[in-house]
Amino acid sequence: MRIAVLVKEVPATDKVKMDEKTGTMIRSGMESELNPLDMYAVEEAVRIKEKFENVHVVAISMGPPQAVNSLKEAISMGCDDGYLMSDKNFAGSDTLATAYALSAAIQKLGNFDLIFTGERATDGETGQVGPSVATQLGIPVVTYVSKIEKISDEFVRVCRSIEGGKETVEVELPALLSVVKEINEPRIPNLAGKIASKSKKVPLLTANDIEVILDKVGLSGSPTRVVKVFYPKLSRDGKIIKVRDLESAVNELVEFMKQKGVI
Amino acid sequence: MLKNEYRGVWTIGEVRNGEISSVSYELLAWGKKLAEKLKVELSSVILGSDIQGELNELFHFGADVVYVVDDENLEHFLPDVHSRIYEALVKEYKPEIIIASATTYGRTIMPMLAAKLGTGLTADCTKLDVDVKERILLQTRPAIGGNVMATIKTPNHRPQMATVRPHAQKALVKDEKKDGKIILKNYPSEFYKSKYRWVSFERDKSVDSPIQESDVVISGGKGLKDGKNFKMLYDLAKKLNGAVGASRAAVDMGWIPYSHQVGLSGKTLSPRFYMAVGISGAVQHIAGMSSSEVIVAINKDPDAAIFKVADFGIVGDALEILPVLIKKLSDEVNEND
Ligand SMILES: Cc1cc2nc3c(=O)[nH]c(=O)nc-3n(C[C@H](O)[C@H](O)[C@H](O)COP(=O)(O)OP(=O)(O)OC[C@H]3O[C@@H](n4cnc5c(N)ncnc54)[C@H](O)[C@@H]3O)c2cc1C
Ligand SMILES: Cc1cc2nc3c(=O)[nH]c(=O)nc-3n(C[C@H](O)[C@H](O)[C@H](O)COP(=O)(O)OP(=O)(O)OC[C@H]3O[C@@H](n4cnc5c(N)ncnc54)[C@H](O)[C@@H]3O)c2cc1C
Repeated sequence: MRIAVLVKEVPATDKVKMDEKTGTMIRSGMESELNPLDMYAVEEAVRIKEKFENVHVVAISMGPPQAVNSLKEAISMGCDDGYLMSDKNFAGSDTLATAYALSAAIQKLGNFDLIFTGERATDGETGQVGPSVATQLGIPVVTYVSKIEKISDEFVRVCRSIEGGKETVEVELPALLSVVKEINEPRIPNLAGKIASKSKKVPLLTANDIEVILDKVGLSGSPTRVVKVFYPKLSRDGKIIKVRDLESAVNELVEFMKQKGVI
Repeated sequence: MLKNEYRGVWTIGEVRNGEISSVSYELLAWGKKLAEKLKVELSSVILGSDIQGELNELFHFGADVVYVVDDENLEHFLPDVHSRIYEALVKEYKPEIIIASATTYGRTIMPMLAAKLGTGLTADCTKLDVDVKERILLQTRPAIGGNVMATIKTPNHRPQMATVRPHAQKALVKDEKKDGKIILKNYPSEFYKSKYRWVSFERDKSVDSPIQESDVVISGGKGLKDGKNFKMLYDLAKKLNGAVGASRAAVDMGWIPYSHQVGLSGKTLSPRFYMAVGISGAVQHIAGMSSSEVIVAINKDPDAAIFKVADFGIVGDALEILPVLIKKLSDEVNEND
């Protein structure tokens, strides 16, 4: 069985600091990391590899050259190989173009039975790449997967975590699964894993290597355009009261809620 | 692409357990503003099994046209079948704008449909407007943990597609006199061939009022000290017709399941009322709730970051404040009866 895991490198969001006065993000010295939600995808793929024989797990990322670090991290967690798609032609891709390029790489690397993605990347936060990759490959997608119940040669049975409860579905392979945090607890890479990832070569794939139509990637292949970016002022300057007497503090809160139409 | 062939605003209705869900009506409120500005019809698209009975409600909440596909094969959400049907409908009727709710359904079906149609899709918008002259949808959405707002457009492709954050908008006032046109469509059996097999749905009582579906969310953090104190949050939420959320710290303590987590690695919400109780206000938590309409915070630390994003805050012990608040609200409700 061959499994692909799609991983994205994102700004290390816990390091994102806001300028209190201007409400802007302080970007200097921003580090990047493997998208935290993609660790669950990597972990699930590696668990399948550990449970069954002859499973090969390949991590794929599209991004700038330094994204090799995220692939190395995926390898240190147990992926067999990593491929980095990096090419200036990919720059500015929206989700449709990103998914097109990823699907071209998946086809080039060939014959995957299962593809994993995270629920969403913590920077773009659309969650659209997984369903779009699957659709462009012509294979089914199951989103919000919180448990894999059964894997056979022909299908998987999974639980989806959706509004109001859990849905169980079966889907034919090959299929793409986008997983949520509930699915597992990602491992911390051990020393052997770290050593393995150091020596592992991560091949680079260019637009040419994966035979994409250049008009369908990058800015020219992206139907969406960002016309404006602004930094919301998060601070609300609300009224903050100290409790002196419980009753009157609560009364004031209830008055506020009435005024706002909550009660 | 002949952009001018595309006219009209579509909203993707949702059917759950045979019932048209509330997000379907909210979407009509989003769509109404756009349709009025563009001077076009507002439509709702409904896929399901045995749903005809309630369709008039959609007219009452703003739809001019309702496209209905009613087939026993549509009882459950089979993504390939649904996306195939939407694709056929779009190719036949050519709407210029399609909006869906950013629920698990909308977030699954819309990127599939956009990929099939080769058009742009903007995720989880909190504001929509139109450039009337160019007939372009201006889609505004938060990204990067709520630190950035971006306005995005799809200038050259049609339809223009967006998902919008559930419960960021109220449904329109119901107009029982308003009528409209129903277009009933049937598709041949090959449309219903699927690579999926639906097995079961198990209600999870702890998510009885899913946080992403609620106008009111009462969240608790580590400051609640003990899982059993969440009972007070449930009592409070019940009085306000809301749901209970939590910080990651509370989830990590095992006080409440992960599905209730609000924030960067949990759910992102824009309810009309959000209350943070015993939550410090870490950036990762704020990322999930900062676009709520009204925010109230209760924390014993006057310097807690959560107060910066609050419209109203009480510095004090939540474990003392909550019982008094619940009692007071019970009295209020009784008075109103
Ligand atoms: C502020 C801002 C707003 C944006 N809004 C939109 C928008 O509304 N619509 C739109 O089409 N584009 C949008 N984009 C562009 C979008 O962020 C990029 O196309 C990005 O490459 C992929 O989208 P995402 O980050 O949302 O990923 P998601 O769709 O959230 O990622 C889901 C999963 O897909 C996989 N994945 C995603 N990207 C990669 C990758 N590069 N390599 C490998 N695996 C990957 C990962 O497994 C990830 O967990 C926006 C960008 C910015 C900066
Ligand atoms: C990559 C990453 C992703 C993350 N994602 C999320 C996420 O999605 N959601 C999230 O919430 N966090 C997330 N976090 C964690 C986040 O950084 C904080 O650790 C977390 O939000 C803290 O939760 P808390 O406010 O409940 O706890 P604490 O920070 O411990 O705060 C407890 C608060 O309760 C107050 N308090 C104590 N006793 C009382 C009392 N009796 N009455 C009133 N107030 C009291 C204290 O003053 C304090 O402010 C993430 C972190 C990382 C690194």
